[in-house]
Amino acid sequence: MCGIVGLYLKNEQLRPQLGSLFQPMLSEMKSRGPDSTGVAIYRDPVEGAEVKYSLAHDSAEFDWQLLSIGLASDCDCQSSIVQIDTHAILIADAPEQQVRDWIKHNHADIRLVGSGSSVEIFKEVGLPDDVYSRFGLSSTAGTHMIGHTRMATESAVTTAGSHPFATGADLCLVHNGSLSNHNRLREQLEKAGLEFQTENDSEVAAAYMTLKIREGATLREALEQALVELDGFYTFCVGTETGFAVLRDPIACKHAVLAETDDWVAMATEYRAIATLPGADAANIWEPKPQTIYTWGELS
Amino acid sequence: MTVLDLNEIGLRTVNATLQSGSPEIKSFTVTNPMGAHAIACGLQGSLDVTIDGHAGFYCAGMNKDATITVKGHAGVGLAENMMSGTVRVTGNASQAAGATAHGGLLIIEGDASSRCGISMKGVDIVVGGSVGHMSGFMAQAGNLIVCGDAGEALGDSIYEANIYVRGKVESLGSDCEEKLMDTEHLASLTELLNRSGINADANTFKRYGSARTLYNFHPDNAGLY
Repeated sequence: MCGIVGLYLKNEQLRPQLGSLFQPMLSEMKSRGPDSTGVAIYRDPVEGAEVKYSLAHDSAEFDWQLLSIGLASDCDCQSSIVQIDTHAILIADAPEQQVRDWIKHNHADIRLVGSGSSVEIFKEVGLPDDVYSRFGLSSTAGTHMIGHTRMATESAVTTAGSHPFATGADLCLVHNGSLSNHNRLREQLEKAGLEFQTENDSEVAAAYMTLKIREGATLREALEQALVELDGFYTFCVGTETGFAVLRDPIACKHAVLAETDDWVAMATEYRAIATLPGADAANIWEPKPQTIYTWGELS
Repeated sequence: MTVLDLNEIGLRTVNATLQSGSPEIKSFTVTNPMGAHAIACGLQGSLDVTIDGHAGFYCAGMNKDATITVKGHAGVGLAENMMSGTVRVTGNASQAAGATAHGGLLIIEGDASSRCGISMKGVDIVVGGSVGHMSGFMAQAGNLIVCGDAGEALGDSIYEANIYVRGKVESLGSDCEEKLMDTEHLASLTELLNRSGINADANTFKRYGSARTLYNFHPDNAGLY
């Protein structure tokens, strides 16, 4: 059992309140997933050749500034970094693969949890309000967020095993459910060159979509193929640069509800997570159908 | 009429008050339900309870004799294992509405999601809109009336219950087949539609039920196990 939530603010005037509107949604899903919490927030897009990286380290004492200086020097690029608890947001204008290779070679203990132009991913073991407060998200502005509260069923309770999982540039996945063919799929994906940080089944789903997108599929095509190849129970919420997508397995085993007003679009495992949003009472509320892809924003 | 503000007094106090069986107060309105679980569960006696807003999972479960109205949508497991009384939802209901319910009348004015009436044991369920896949799964007794369409595998592994659908049936489940609609069924359907306050002509429905081929083990199937 887990809780997943997503919120996209259509009304620009609400965007300065994204963090405070999203927190009660995540907090309400505490009982569905009290062991770990994670969010992806889309804010402050970078420009030009810059890429934004979400990095995590087990120690909050890690010297991120030293990393940024080393990267700028070795890769001959502009680099800046901001530490936020155990995570850091790095912005660098070197080619992404060069940065990834440099981090892997020089700092094998760092986890690169997401990248793109606007996405930032934060996840930790702990209750939603505690994790939210550690990363200072209550007062943040932005366009949209997705989040996850985890009750682990098949792999360890660790920061790395928390959601969201990145699936490509500005793409990440949160999952409620369990996959039954993840071990075999993981072997196939490893043969195709993907690397895994955990034994988590949801990481396999994310890696599967990463591979499909890398091979040229659109997110919609990747989700359509996931319906065929992922065996098990799932409600996915996939954050994209411009919104989010929702997909349920063919028998809709895991709960999900969608709601929309003129001001916002929200998804959640349960309505109670949406109930705190302004105007939720009068929102258009419906349950997403099985094996049907729902999207907000452009689905590239 | 007594108002119980769920946000203010909490779910346990709301349910304890409704379950206390006070002979003086028979009519309640629960405000600010905020999608909470298990609102108005386990009620007994001729209470009249209105939930003013959207309810969460397992609303009105195990109801006995009470009349409960949700002015909004209801989450998973609405009126689960209801024994008697009436539960009405003015909006939509999520999965497994009326699951295992033994009796009473459940009215969903909007749509119901998948597995509506799963393992129903005598309840009458009237859905003003459509139902999702696997509705009436393993239904044992009672009536499931769908004024709109039904999703895949309607009445899968059904024992004995009447399913009436006015719209399109995406597919019938294992051992579910269309049945003749005789005068007895028309009368029963008309009576249930009238009692539900849902305006639909019984003559426009088709009836589905059990082909009864799964009742006993068939030796020809031994090799399948």
